[in-house]
Amino acid sequence: MAENRNDKDQENAHVSPANNLSAGVDLDKRNFLIASSAVGALGCAAVAVPFVKSMTPSERAKAAGAPVEVDISKIAPGTMMTVEWRGKPVWIINRTPEMIAELAQHDDKLTDAKGDVTSQQPSYCKNADRSIKPGLAVIVGICTHLGCSPTAKMQPKGDMGDTWSGGFFCPCHGSKFDLAGRVFKGSPAPINLVVPPHKYLTENTLLIGVDTEEGA
Amino acid sequence: MSDKNKSVMANVFSNGLNWVDERFPLTSNVKAHLTEYYTPKNFNFWYFFGSLSLLVLVLQILTGIFLTMHYKPDAELAFGSVEYIMRDVPWGWLIRYMHSTGASMFFVVVYMHMFRGIIYGSYRTPRELIWLFGVGIFLCLMGEAFFGYLLPWGQMSYWGAQVIVNLFSAIPFIGPDVSEWLRGDYLVSDATLNRFFAFHVIALPFVLVGLVAAHIIALHEVGSNNPDGIEIKKLKDKVTGIPLDGIPFHPYYTVKDIVGAVVFLMVFSTVIFFAPEMGGYFLEANNFVPANPLVTPAHIAPVWYFTPYYSILRAVPPFPGVGFLGIPPSLFPGVAAMGLSVMVFALLPWLDKSPVKSIRYRGTLYKKWLAAFVVSFVVLGYLGTEPANVWGQFGAWLGNADRATVVARAFTVVYFAFFILMPWYTKKDKTLPVPERVTG
Repeated sequence: MAENRNDKDQENAHVSPANNLSAGVDLDKRNFLIASSAVGALGCAAVAVPFVKSMTPSERAKAAGAPVEVDISKIAPGTMMTVEWRGKPVWIINRTPEMIAELAQHDDKLTDAKGDVTSQQPSYCKNADRSIKPGLAVIVGICTHLGCSPTAKMQPKGDMGDTWSGGFFCPCHGSKFDLAGRVFKGSPAPINLVVPPHKYLTENTLLIGVDTEEGA
Repeated sequence: MSDKNKSVMANVFSNGLNWVDERFPLTSNVKAHLTEYYTPKNFNFWYFFGSLSLLVLVLQILTGIFLTMHYKPDAELAFGSVEYIMRDVPWGWLIRYMHSTGASMFFVVVYMHMFRGIIYGSYRTPRELIWLFGVGIFLCLMGEAFFGYLLPWGQMSYWGAQVIVNLFSAIPFIGPDVSEWLRGDYLVSDATLNRFFAFHVIALPFVLVGLVAAHIIALHEVGSNNPDGIEIKKLKDKVTGIPLDGIPFHPYYTVKDIVGAVVFLMVFSTVIFFAPEMGGYFLEANNFVPANPLVTPAHIAPVWYFTPYYSILRAVPPFPGVGFLGIPPSLFPGVAAMGLSVMVFALLPWLDKSPVKSIRYRGTLYKKWLAAFVVSFVVLGYLGTEPANVWGQFGAWLGNADRATVVARAFTVVYFAFFILMPWYTKKDKTLPVPERVTG
């Protein structure tokens, strides 16, 4: 073997004596091939960018997120209505005084009673009932577990059992929320439902998708 | 035909074959993979399911091509086009039911095939790569099933996709961006449907066929395992070099597999013609309602073949978060457990430390663990089809926990223990001596 290699070395040396040779390997050529392969790989990676980016939301999808104006005068106390904003259901719940009173009674059963996870509500809704007007809750009806839309179980007890104090129940994995969209401990959902940015244009007109100016 | 004519015909044939062989290795490939591929002579019932998987793959591709001719991957039109296939396209109902039943039957035969691999130790040396390609095929198949299920654009399609895509948003840091990227929108929408169609009919089928080819090439390189879990290549005829316990795949096993295919097709047709929805297990009732992004059906469950993993997802409690460190609560543990419950199969070749491969020569310890695993797989599978409160609640002493959730948690532990403890119990197990030659 050793002899063969020597033969080959001599042969190569004979063919191209000027090249940087080591054990029959033309290192100049090898370095050039490595460098050009690396540049080629970078080029391929760069070409992947447009393909990956093409799968992100399109301009049309982005433009579809316009704010929604809602007339809230027709929601009877103790009931709710659902409107569509950015393709998601948004609940507007007209809470009765009893319901508001109940919200203060079960803080110990909640994961995040005070709204400490700031991503879940605008700062102007970080209060005991997570709303601008205590009687009216505005909540995105998408479970924070895996995105199902919870079912309204607004009345206490009933088919939810004797300990139920009114709220929402997610049919997919059994997460439970109160009437302020706060998640009960033991639910698969880790955090409270989202309160979307919203503001009141008049007493009875709500605009979903635009923040209330702070201090206004 | 006179003798002279016969010899002329034979000449034409052999000349033609020579012409091809000089340009393409036809004869040598037929020999290597069929007529001189030597397979153990003791294959049993469990060995039907490999060839049946291939049969179902061909059926799915074939019926899929014809469905694509009439289906419209558009959120406005998709639901209607499926109903059009069912009602107006000549024989469209048959092709669609073949495809939808084929999806479930694919998992039936693949689960049987995997179980065969487990009980006879087919994943052990030197067949680790066959097993890994197989796990790849299984993952691809799950992807195909998931992407395909969105296409009819029914309520179950929509909310199933919503849940699964949102699983990715549980990945720490990059999760929400990943799931938005997968959807191509802020919610499951037309963009999602369109790309799932692309994955379902082009991307994944290519990968699937490639992996199946790799699976079979690797198999034919090392040769098949058998119910005794011994290597037939160890004892060969001294003159011919043919394994003493080997018989050519063709004609012996082609004939056997045809019998299997006929019986399978009888079962398959029975489902197609008499129970295409299989009582809601193959096609769910809610999927006959068009997708509605504002209303989640009262009870959602995946199709039966995903339910064991889905049960694990539901059973694992969320991470509560660490307030003073600023770590928010997260549902990642459940998602990670579900992912692991599928991926863990890939580790089997390295977890099993037993000196024997086949269950025939294993001791009772292994058999008990395997039985526990099968029971937990089935129970988790059942619970995944039912709402979490199906068995009611425990009393206050257990915090009014759902009984089904507690049971699912227990069986999730058993499921993972089967794998995690495998190095220990396979080593401790009292095995029987393995014979030199294959037995009946």
